[in-house]
Amino acid sequence: MFIDTLLIGISSGAIYSLMALSLVLVWRSTRIVNFAQSGQAVFSTYIGYEIAVRAHDYWISLPLAIIFGALLGSLVDLLFMRPLLRRVKDGPIAEIAPVIATLGLLGLLQSLLGLIWGNAFLQYASPLSAKGFTFGSHTVPFSPQNLFIVLASCAVLVIFGFIFKYTNLGLALRAASFQPEIAQLAGVRVSRVRNIGWAFAGATGALAGAVITPTATLSPNSLDLLFVSGFIAAVIGGLDSLVGAVVGGLVLGIGFSFILQYIAGSVTFLVGFIILMVVLLIRPRGIFGRDAGRHA
Amino acid sequence: MQSSTSLRMEKVTVDFGGLRALSEVSIEIHSGEVVGIIGPNGAGKTTLFNVLSGLVTPASGSLFIGGQPREWPRSHELTKLGLARTLQGVGLFSELSVIENLLVGATHLNRQNFLQALLGLKARSEDSMRERIVEILGDFGIADYAELSAAELPYPVSKRVALARAFISEPTTLLLDEPAGGLGVEDIVWLKDFVLRFRAQRSVLLVEHHMDLIMNVCDRIYVLNFGQLIAHGTPEEIRNDPAVITAYLGTGATQ
Repeated sequence: MFIDTLLIGISSGAIYSLMALSLVLVWRSTRIVNFAQSGQAVFSTYIGYEIAVRAHDYWISLPLAIIFGALLGSLVDLLFMRPLLRRVKDGPIAEIAPVIATLGLLGLLQSLLGLIWGNAFLQYASPLSAKGFTFGSHTVPFSPQNLFIVLASCAVLVIFGFIFKYTNLGLALRAASFQPEIAQLAGVRVSRVRNIGWAFAGATGALAGAVITPTATLSPNSLDLLFVSGFIAAVIGGLDSLVGAVVGGLVLGIGFSFILQYIAGSVTFLVGFIILMVVLLIRPRGIFGRDAGRHA
Repeated sequence: MQSSTSLRMEKVTVDFGGLRALSEVSIEIHSGEVVGIIGPNGAGKTTLFNVLSGLVTPASGSLFIGGQPREWPRSHELTKLGLARTLQGVGLFSELSVIENLLVGATHLNRQNFLQALLGLKARSEDSMRERIVEILGDFGIADYAELSAAELPYPVSKRVALARAFISEPTTLLLDEPAGGLGVEDIVWLKDFVLRFRAQRSVLLVEHHMDLIMNVCDRIYVLNFGQLIAHGTPEEIRNDPAVITAYLGTGATQ
């Protein structure tokens, strides 16, 4: 039972981590909490669904959904955020305006999806079984699809880890995220690098949507709860930290799973917020957040 | 390039709202020269640097590099034009290690296209770049700090790392904004030596409050006050200029 609960926790935690990562990637590069992320992710999932219906192949739809997610992320930055940030530079509204704008964009995207696909619950099926693996007579609540979710999340982490640690692009992303002006003076094209950050975030959100949706249904709001969990995970991890996002996601996923199993399903979500508040009260920067002192 | 004008700004005027921060200021730097810009706080020294580095757009004025007229650079193009700037204070990427800070400084020497960057294919020069970084850190006397994160460095070391990060981009002109700020005597002696060595092939534009350093290393000095150029000359001339003494050195700061 313990192992089963842990496995479910890891699987949902992996998805929270992906969502948290997509939020952290945007936060680091633009200092914006992108509330539209769930809208972008679900949009990409609809694209994946549409391709899967036409091509009858989940494995073709998955990478295309991810590419669409990247393009959408990049476009949101280019057409929406950049003009906005250029206009609203200072004043009391400057810090909050972009965040409110992402909420507006979320509404816009979800309404648009409703207009195109309706509000019915669609099935975006994966060829992988949703039935748990069986060992002898015991069937664990961990299916091939769950395994795929965990593997896909690990792959994303390895890829991002590699990019951030070992490539010039990763170096530029890290440099531009905290000291954009200095990065600019050192020759980094900060706006381009930021745009790549938005694209990475969009792709990551799209992956989360496309691997989790086969275990549930697809509707314009179907990723909203995932977003909330991802957001909590990102804040627990400190919003700035990629590693923190992953750890936050796993902590939350495993925590939820144990509460669901051993306490009661009805309090699961409540506990998420309690964890969030405790972390914010004890360590407002999050577990992996940077020290408050800025070294400009 | 010898003795040709390496950089000239002509009649630069900058307005911030209703305030005139710079008024028709012209300065030039020849290769092989160290040129100082001094003036009281708020005189417009850093604004002049900001114009030159693309952070502030002037209301009017023109730029010449190597005698050719140029658009005002955008800040990410600065290093490509052979200019490298340090900032007041520390100005390092605090999340990155010392080596990584220098790698970012070398960005324009290390161009990759997007696909290469994404796939992590290193330019062939990457290894030699690392060797070069180690060599520079050695020259700067800070090799021991190579792997530390910039946030962990003692202040004088971080100032040297900032200088090294500008230096590695192979600039023809270094723009140093208060490089001696907060440094002790030994570090200032080192800095003086560095500036003079660098001058041998290239040029330095120096904003500094440390009079001893300015008077010792500069070939020529421009004096700004309230956005206006009030004097220009050799250290000796500046020291004896009545306008400068009134505006700036009058408080006995000459020594």
